[in-house]
Amino acid sequence: MSINYIYPPYEVVRDFNKCINCKICVKQCANEVHTFDEKRGIMLADDTKCVNCHRCVATCPTRALKIVKSDNTYKENANWSADSMKEIYRQAESGGVLLSSMGNPQPLPVYWDKILINASQVTNPSIDPLREPMETTVFLGSKPDKIVRDETGKIVDNLQPQLKLSTPIMFSAMSYGSISYNAHASLAKAAEKLGIFYNTGEGGLHEDFYQYGKNTIVQVASGRFGVYKDYLEAGACIEIKIGQGAKPGIGGHLPGAKIVGDISKTRMIPVGSDAISPAPHHDIYSIEDLRQLVYSLKEATDYKKPIAVKVAAVHNVAAVASGIARSGADIIVIDGFRGGTGAAPTRIRDNVGIPIELALASVDKRLRDEGIRGNVSLVVGGSIRNSADVVKAIALGADACYIATAALMAMGCHLCRSCHLGKCNWGIATQIPELVKRLDPETGCNRLVNLVTAWTHEIKEMMGGMGINSIEALKGNRLMLRGVGLNEKELDILGIKHAGE
Amino acid sequence: MLKIDCTDKHFSEIGKLIRETKETQIVIDNAQGHRYIASGVGGKEITINGTPGNAMGAYLDGCKIVVNGSAQDAIGDTMNDGLIVIHGNSGDATGYSMRGGKIFIKGDAGYRAGIHMKAYKDKFPVLVIGGKAGSFLGEYQAGGIILVLGINTDSKTNVGFFTGNGMHGGKIILRSDELPDLPEQIVARKANAEDMQEIEQYVKEYCGYFGNEPKDILSKEFFVLTANSANPYKQLYTSV
Repeated sequence: MSINYIYPPYEVVRDFNKCINCKICVKQCANEVHTFDEKRGIMLADDTKCVNCHRCVATCPTRALKIVKSDNTYKENANWSADSMKEIYRQAESGGVLLSSMGNPQPLPVYWDKILINASQVTNPSIDPLREPMETTVFLGSKPDKIVRDETGKIVDNLQPQLKLSTPIMFSAMSYGSISYNAHASLAKAAEKLGIFYNTGEGGLHEDFYQYGKNTIVQVASGRFGVYKDYLEAGACIEIKIGQGAKPGIGGHLPGAKIVGDISKTRMIPVGSDAISPAPHHDIYSIEDLRQLVYSLKEATDYKKPIAVKVAAVHNVAAVASGIARSGADIIVIDGFRGGTGAAPTRIRDNVGIPIELALASVDKRLRDEGIRGNVSLVVGGSIRNSADVVKAIALGADACYIATAALMAMGCHLCRSCHLGKCNWGIATQIPELVKRLDPETGCNRLVNLVTAWTHEIKEMMGGMGINSIEALKGNRLMLRGVGLNEKELDILGIKHAGE
Repeated sequence: MLKIDCTDKHFSEIGKLIRETKETQIVIDNAQGHRYIASGVGGKEITINGTPGNAMGAYLDGCKIVVNGSAQDAIGDTMNDGLIVIHGNSGDATGYSMRGGKIFIKGDAGYRAGIHMKAYKDKFPVLVIGGKAGSFLGEYQAGGIILVLGINTDSKTNVGFFTGNGMHGGKIILRSDELPDLPEQIVARKANAEDMQEIEQYVKEYCGYFGNEPKDILSKEFFVLTANSANPYKQLYTSV
């Protein structure tokens, strides 16, 4: 045993009274945790290899397995947590940058949980959404600031291109490469069925998925992978990726070893070539430069598609958003610091960026104050966990929400935060064919449709309770929100009153 | 043939005329910084007289553009296929992220020319700069070839600072008296006979457009810069 040995944080517990030595756990675990000891005739588990993804727990036919948090402890220390100590040991051993996946797991404030939603009592009667009409359709895009009429008094159509969503929820960017073919297939099919959109991420678009184009948002990032005329034409909207909530200011590097087969094809780079997305777009150093990319894309696609610009929620996000709203972009996407990722340096993920709730509130206010809110639609992501978060986001001023972590969970993700290892037992964040086929696109699609349908019902219930019958009437309606346990500054930024006020 | 006079025209009007015409030959006169000309266009031959603005030929998809004048920034951004010939200088970020096709600049190019160029299958981007290039030439280059011929320059290296930073594929060819400072992740060597064969075809093509004599250019020494596979850019990670 090495002197650098770190006791595993989780232990596999097997009930030998229930275990029938069927070895399903051996087959299901790509991390090779489980083995069968022929000599003793029993199953063994190597806890050091376990990522706590619950694949074995979920597939054990006799329910003989569970994963528990280890009770192995260091001497208690309120300053040096066990995790901080382990990180020191790992870095002292390897000299490496700490790498992790999915969203920021640190116990920082979740403002959604400190915001409460209103309901009607006596006055302004509530509505029963099951029996009365309730509108969840939203349109994303720039809205004209005035009605123009011709000489005969007829209204001139001056509407910029819009995206029509049946419900204010979309699947946010996850590239083919970071997630599997079957995961992309599930998202594309579900977006089509639901009348919403999924996003290709920056890895290009697989030829099989061009058929879902009218429900696809194609992304253009600093590496321009897979970006060419047909790709730009294929989607209903083009999203320029400037930043991502999980790693603001950081580029991406998909090592050459992962550029194989179809991944090479959709990214349009040779097999084995590193796919580097530089941290900035090297042609964008100003809002004026951003405008140039927005308009070159509009010119290339004949002004038929809205152009979105995605930025991470950072300290000066309101000023940045004001610039974007003046750049000719139609949609601003803001990604909060809890947003997921396939891999990010841990220190960046856990320490850079700000909560989406505060970013959204300040951006919406800034754009309204400047009289340019109508120039753009606002889409927010970065840990929207349920329908109540969606309702709160819309009341704070969002037009729609992006979900990705929740969508991954609908497809089977158990948030083990090991995407960067590429051995996802649920067939999502992996390219290993035997693992990918564990996710059936039909099942994945159905579960995504179920999730978004259920949320939409809940959104209707909450809106009905408030006596509101359309998303449009809820948008920016901050009077429908109250804070609880928030200080004056936080309430001020969120633009809401405290509960009881 | 379609003739477009840019005088008093907004860029969007010019774009619309180019997209909507069935003519394959287009002549654009009096370009005065009009942006996005021929963005995403394929299958046409366009002559531009004057100075086209930023992002000319972005996402170009098999179109030929000849500019009688200089060009501004980000020409041929994410170009997929086609040919751009500039009878003058070009601005910053020339050929940003181009994947295929060729760009020939008679004179100088600005900062960050040919950055993040990449090749794919039959796509092989070529950027030839007749004069000198600014700083950050070929930054993040992943494929294709960049030639800087240094014709009639007073520079010893014909490039600015930080040439090839982040380069991980492709080639930069410099016709210069000496090498610029290079990062450890790049190796430089003098061009050999095989390199010269490759260089010669592009030099000849350059001379075909701009009327120089190939042997005058080829008589000087060339350096070949490539990514150092023994010492690549890498970050050491440890997972939590």
